[in-house]
Amino acid sequence: MSFDLNLIAESLPLMLMGIGITFKLLIVSGFLGLILAICLLLMRISGRWFLNFPAQVYIYVFRGTPILVQIFIIYYGLPQFEAVRDSIFWPILREPTGCAILALTLNTGAYVSEILRGGVLGVSKGVLEAGSALGMSARQNFIYLTAPIATRLALPAYSNDVISLLKSTALASTITIADMTGIARTIVADTYAPYEIFISLAIVYMIFTFGIQKLFGVIERYLGRYMEREG
Amino acid sequence: MSTADAQPLIQMQGVNKFFGKFQALKNINLEVRKGERIVVCGPSGSGKSTMIRCINRLEEHNDGHIVIGGKELTDQIEDINAVRREVGMVFQSFNLFPHMTIVKNLMLAQQLVRKISKTKARETAMHYLERVKIPEQANKYPIALSGGQQQRVAIARALCMKPEIMLFDEPTSALDPEMINEVLEVMVDLAKEGMTMICVTHEMGFARSVADRVIFMDKGEIVEEAPPTEFFENPRSERTKNFLSQILSH
Ligand SMILES: Nc1ncnc2c1ncn2[C@@H]1O[C@H](COP(=O)(O)OP(=O)(O)OP(=O)(O)O)[C@@H](O)[C@H]1O
Ligand SMILES: [Mg+2]
Repeated sequence: MSFDLNLIAESLPLMLMGIGITFKLLIVSGFLGLILAICLLLMRISGRWFLNFPAQVYIYVFRGTPILVQIFIIYYGLPQFEAVRDSIFWPILREPTGCAILALTLNTGAYVSEILRGGVLGVSKGVLEAGSALGMSARQNFIYLTAPIATRLALPAYSNDVISLLKSTALASTITIADMTGIARTIVADTYAPYEIFISLAIVYMIFTFGIQKLFGVIERYLGRYMEREG
Repeated sequence: MSTADAQPLIQMQGVNKFFGKFQALKNINLEVRKGERIVVCGPSGSGKSTMIRCINRLEEHNDGHIVIGGKELTDQIEDINAVRREVGMVFQSFNLFPHMTIVKNLMLAQQLVRKISKTKARETAMHYLERVKIPEQANKYPIALSGGQQQRVAIARALCMKPEIMLFDEPTSALDPEMINEVLEVMVDLAKEGMTMICVTHEMGFARSVADRVIFMDKGEIVEEAPPTEFFENPRSERTKNFLSQILSH
């Protein structure tokens, strides 16, 4: 079996044309997913069952089903409802990109809210009691103590989720989106060279993963200054 | 005592506290006048922490009345906050805010609770850091300080709120022996200045030299309450005698 380096050299630039879409999927759904996650987290820790319970069901459903199935349901399933076609969201849901972003957002939101909750649970009770004893309200305790400490605690797990979100964006290629994976599949269909193309695609993802890891490493060190005895 | 301060600063009457079915406090009656220094001791699990945590509502009592500076502790959040503004607390495990520098630890509640300006809050913070003799640590994070230094910061943080009353829950029992004295010194200074204090501690030397009264608790009850000389020389109950023989034997 031969490995055609020329083919890789020719197709890499083509695949890289999909970077824009891959990053759009990653950044938009990463951002919206984080907002959704914070809302779900607040519902989970509100101490009110009528907020906590729906959030729990939501998280259970979205963590319990494959993201590919979620993408299919949104892309193929939703347009069957007239109400969806008549709604203001139709311009978004008509586009495959809109559907992919929606599915990725809903999915990552469920995971990230649990990651954040882990961070919140990791905040020492004594620190919060000290806040209360100083007269701080529950809200002030949350904003000035729980949130910053939990953020730092949740960061390593969160960076993992961003990396898996990057890889999940590849699933968008199944609904006609020309992200890096989508382009690679087209090239493979034309050239019949799956080996070269998919391996170089894999390497590209690995390089991005490396970049994300480095970026979070920097953020972790910055936010975690207080955890080091030196300096 | 003079009759001028007839109204005690802290009044607990018939206080009961349950954790589920377990009764942690049984009919606690305690009065502390302004400027009094009380030491509370007793075996582990006797309810010492629970009692002082009821005074600033970190625990909610089930029966009886707790009146602090004329305000009764009820479910009203305003009453709780009013009481907490007057009562400072120091914990066994320091509980500094780990993500803030020392000076920020001292400024936060001043700004949020007392609505004091940043500049003024920093001034007050530095003033109290000097009083506990560690102004040079102001810009470090808590993790960089020794246990004794952290506990002094915790005391300074409580003092920044200008409390009427200070509660100490075993402030030296998490410390290495060589650091205990630096914390006790700060507490003795406070006592000399006339701060009203309730200290849960087994530092009997501190109790002898500083306390106006020593309270012995066992199984959720106040068993004995006496001035230190009387408490140590002539304990009345068997339980106190047993406890003292254990604690003074080492
Ligand atoms: N949150 C809680 N839930 C259930 N039981 C509790 C709780 N807090 C305290 N208790 C129980 O109440 C009793 C009194 O506890 P407390 O902490 O007041 O004792 P203590 O005298 O301070 O003991 P120590 O010297 O060990 O600090 C103990 O038996 C303890 O197990
Ligand atoms: Mg205790």
